[in-house]
Amino acid sequence: MAELLSLDFMRQALIAAILVGLTAPLVGVFLVQRRMSLIGDGMGHIALAGVAVGVLTGNSPVWTALIAAVAAAVAIELIRARGRTSADVVLAVIFYGGIALGVVLFAKAPGGSAGKLTGYLFGAILTTTRSDLIVFAILATIVVAVTTILRPRLFAVANDEEYSRASGLPVTAYNLILAVLTAVTVVVSMRIIGLLLISALMILPNASAQLISRSFAASVRWAVLIGVACSASGVIVSYYTATPSGGAIVLLAIAVFLALTAYAGIRARVHRSRVIHDDRHDHEHGPDCGHEAIDHDGHIDYLHDGHRHAPHGSHYDEHGSVHPR
Amino acid sequence: MLMNATSPLDLTKASFGYAGKRVVDAITVSIESGDVVALLGPNGSGKSTLVKGILGLADLQGGTLTRNATIGYVPQRHSLSNAVRATVTEIVATGRLTRRPWWKSASTADEQAVAEAIAAVGLADRSRDEVSALSGGQQRRVLIARALASDPQVLVMDEPTAGVDDANQAILAGVLADLAAEGRTLLIVTHEMDALAEVVTRIVCLDRGHLDFDGSPSAYAAHLTEHPAGSGHHHDSDDITGPIPVIGRAPLDAHGRHRHG
Repeated sequence: MAELLSLDFMRQALIAAILVGLTAPLVGVFLVQRRMSLIGDGMGHIALAGVAVGVLTGNSPVWTALIAAVAAAVAIELIRARGRTSADVVLAVIFYGGIALGVVLFAKAPGGSAGKLTGYLFGAILTTTRSDLIVFAILATIVVAVTTILRPRLFAVANDEEYSRASGLPVTAYNLILAVLTAVTVVVSMRIIGLLLISALMILPNASAQLISRSFAASVRWAVLIGVACSASGVIVSYYTATPSGGAIVLLAIAVFLALTAYAGIRARVHRSRVIHDDRHDHEHGPDCGHEAIDHDGHIDYLHDGHRHAPHGSHYDEHGSVHPR
Repeated sequence: MLMNATSPLDLTKASFGYAGKRVVDAITVSIESGDVVALLGPNGSGKSTLVKGILGLADLQGGTLTRNATIGYVPQRHSLSNAVRATVTEIVATGRLTRRPWWKSASTADEQAVAEAIAAVGLADRSRDEVSALSGGQQRRVLIARALASDPQVLVMDEPTAGVDDANQAILAGVLADLAAEGRTLLIVTHEMDALAEVVTRIVCLDRGHLDFDGSPSAYAAHLTEHPAGSGHHHDSDDITGPIPVIGRAPLDAHGRHRHG
């Protein structure tokens, strides 16, 4: 580990990985909530065209990618908001147009080798420069700040767009902000994860976090933790195995997802076998139901004919019986 | 029901629809403070469009709409995204957002208002539970609490009791009765008048986008006797597919709750 940290490029790669692990889940949770999990993938396609323009013209590919991705994000959101049936096809044209243009321009660029292209598509630990890192840090700070301050509103709009509109929230503005945040995150991630895999780190940590959380706030915390852990370890694995860092990170994120899926399944089975349900319960316990309420380990049991009923989902669990003295 | 400049809601020859298609045509109705209005009408009569028009979700295509009150909206089906985990408190808190600027986080007063709204619908003990784990009727009450969190003068509800089992329907009716007793103005789109019969003070009935009746529940009963559904009075009702508004159901006890041993 000390050897690893003594290498300049590894330190830069690790810092970039932590920035990615932090920002991608913070933005991705709203994409999951809006069932637009794959939109980041499309933006990655278009960012490739931006990268290629940068390589071709000798400009920093990070900046050209940022411009392309943000422009695409705004266009995509406006097309989506129109709600036309043809929107789907229009998006396909934009996404594939982006990646096709990127590959063609890359082939024409003086320094556009196939190895370099692979690095942009699937991530590479050797490519993060010091100046990239400064740009990434600034962009990541913006993403973290905006998602933190606007979290309740982004949550509200993603949760129920119609209600948000009716109550007077500027829904279109928040959707545009989310689209731009997604584009910025794609660019922050392009060195370490790669443009074809970035969507995975926006989605998978959140999918994992859903399995072990009971609230939105907790799921966001878990997703960030999983995101940072997977991207940092992925970079280290990539160093020792000489593999593209994006691939290593995404495989780790999938491993975490599968492990937590198994855990959640076992936990549910154990709960079912240990706890007796009162399934045929046509009465709903509540503060005014007349049954005695007992605090029990962070929840409330209702004393019902000598049984302790604890609300669980849409049924009641039997939490033992109490015999009248 | 005199026209009144300070009515919370005033519609004069208001027409609503979507994309140039007119669904509700030239409705004149004024909702007074404290009214508990049941908005009735067969499927496709324009009830939901009228409600959406009042909320600014459907286009005003003619006439005037005057809103002099804050409105809380309880949508028809629970349109909540269940793609991510969220607790009752987290959902209800979204109803409070318009009460503070975007850069401010929730104050103690905000948190208290959210807790009170949850208590008002009888879900205080479930406030930390995940919304998707609740029954359909309980989720409906979460949506009512969300609307209540902004402390609106008028509550507009689209089919709050539809598709909810009897036990929960009784609880919902109790919640609505409590809100009416507090003096809130309610506009309730419904098919199930009997569940709300004790609460409703006024009935507005739409048919094919037009105002068909506006008056007291007793006058409405008389209106129905004079013009039973299907009699073809001033509309041809052939395409009415839904049930007529008043259908008998098992009565509830005096508290609107099912007895339980």
